[in-house]
Amino acid sequence: MDPFVINIVIFVLAIALGVEVITKVPSTLHTPLMSGSNAISGITIVGALLASFSETFFAFGVLLGFLAVIFATFNVVGGYVVTNRMLEMFKGKDSK
Amino acid sequence: MLHTIYTTQTTLTLGMHKADWLGLTYLLAAVLFYLGLKMLSKVTTARRGNMVSALGMLVAIAATFFQISGGTAISLIWIGIAILIGATAGAMLAVRVPMTGMPEMVALLNGCGGIASLLVACGDYLNKYNMSHEINGVVAYIDVLQYAGWDVLLATGLATLIGGLTFTGSLVAYAKLAGSKFIPDAPVQFVGQKVLIAVLLLGSLALAGVLISKPDAWYILVIVALMALILGILLVIGIGGADMPVVIALLNSYSGIAASMAGFVLNNSALIITGALVGASGIILTNIMCKAMNRSLMNVLFGGVGGAVAGGGKGPEGEARAFSIEDASIILDAARSVIIVPGYGMAVAQAQHAVKEFAQQLEDRSIDVKYAIHPVAGRMPGHMNVLLAEADVPYEQLLDLEQVNPQFEQCDVALVIGANDVTNPAARHDTTSPIYGMPILDVDKARTVFVIKRSMNPGFAGIQNELYFTENTGMIFGDAKKVVSELSTELAAN
Repeated sequence: MDPFVINIVIFVLAIALGVEVITKVPSTLHTPLMSGSNAISGITIVGALLASFSETFFAFGVLLGFLAVIFATFNVVGGYVVTNRMLEMFKGKDSK
Repeated sequence: MLHTIYTTQTTLTLGMHKADWLGLTYLLAAVLFYLGLKMLSKVTTARRGNMVSALGMLVAIAATFFQISGGTAISLIWIGIAILIGATAGAMLAVRVPMTGMPEMVALLNGCGGIASLLVACGDYLNKYNMSHEINGVVAYIDVLQYAGWDVLLATGLATLIGGLTFTGSLVAYAKLAGSKFIPDAPVQFVGQKVLIAVLLLGSLALAGVLISKPDAWYILVIVALMALILGILLVIGIGGADMPVVIALLNSYSGIAASMAGFVLNNSALIITGALVGASGIILTNIMCKAMNRSLMNVLFGGVGGAVAGGGKGPEGEARAFSIEDASIILDAARSVIIVPGYGMAVAQAQHAVKEFAQQLEDRSIDVKYAIHPVAGRMPGHMNVLLAEADVPYEQLLDLEQVNPQFEQCDVALVIGANDVTNPAARHDTTSPIYGMPILDVDKARTVFVIKRSMNPGFAGIQNELYFTENTGMIFGDAKKVVSELSTELAAN
């Protein structure tokens, strides 16, 4: 099979899986869900790392890759830290 | 299937075996993301879920370093510096941002994800471009298509388009949420805006198609990027500040889809799966928000609601009764059950801690206290829950629309703090009302309703709330934080 077709299959299945798991998240946790899934979308850092790696260093594409690494790392670290900060605050009656 | 998981660069240097291991490692990362999201469905496991998801990210990044290891040290040093900059900035902001500023923070994170995907797509394209031009030294025009199929080029165009509009759209949303002087909270709409949006959208899609037939025309990608950046601004600037919960959820989805497209560009399953998970999450939240406002997504995006206040005109007749702190506290003192209804006004006044202290006063008198949270209260989904969690309100006391509405009838006092349209009974019966059909909190069914409000000014929908003119409603005018603190003091003095 063409890699493209396989990728489309993966994409569609992943969306179905996402819908399944996200609908179960209660509204109380919607803000951490947003920041948390936001951090996950920083996975584009993988692409950024691949794009910024080059044998020929002074290429414009590599420069864009470095910029992408900065933004994606910001996305990942900021997202996880802020989500953790929020979830830390959610306490039940018993945990006081 | 695993042999597909490699990148253009690595196919030239790596054998199948390494690529197989990489594929499995990326799959592990994706499974960890999935488990992390699954654990977010319970408050008790949510924090661990976030850690599991972060672990997945660590695995993915480690795998990538494994993939690019053995390259020139100089580029690894630069990568290290870039990571350091991004991580420091991200961590500093994440630690400092106040809970009320969470919508802005999420908007900013969305934007960064979007621009990163755009840069990845364009950077990868340029790298391939260089590669195709360097082969055999002098031979200038070797078709890029030789290395990138039409699907990869299409994905490059789409990642650039979606990533770009996510970036500028998020920045405009950020400015609106932060109350910037340069971008007004009210929707900015001009003649031909929708036509321009349609032209830019269709034009950039068409150009992405042209790129397939002219793969080495790099300037086409530049034009697509510029059009996407303008498109993002135009799409969000026409939307009112109070509709930002929907916009943020939608942009969240876009940033995921952009990451997925970048995955198609690089033929990397980790990006495709993960981006799709996030894309689905954003779409679901968008849908929930729209339903909670009884509006279609199209109406939110292009309706320009929240502009000029429809002053005067028809509206509920009668006189609202103002209550003093003393009178209100006497009634509160005699109540057995109180439901607090927080809204955006509570966030603006930073009143969440004062509200918790007040609730404590009530609970010390063995009065039952609950909180009713409307899905669109605040400026992002779940905003009120986070603010109240910050003030140490146990999450069991926070009830959503379906849970709380049957309870209002048995409730002695409903205390509305800075919420307006979501409590307007007109939504249930007045077919001429702009908010007719929107699910509301049935606070009017409580024995007594107190509304803490600065003035009689109408809410976001530009209409007067008929709740204020019903017999069982008393208005307490003033700043939310000040009034709630005074109520606490008055109760304590009794």
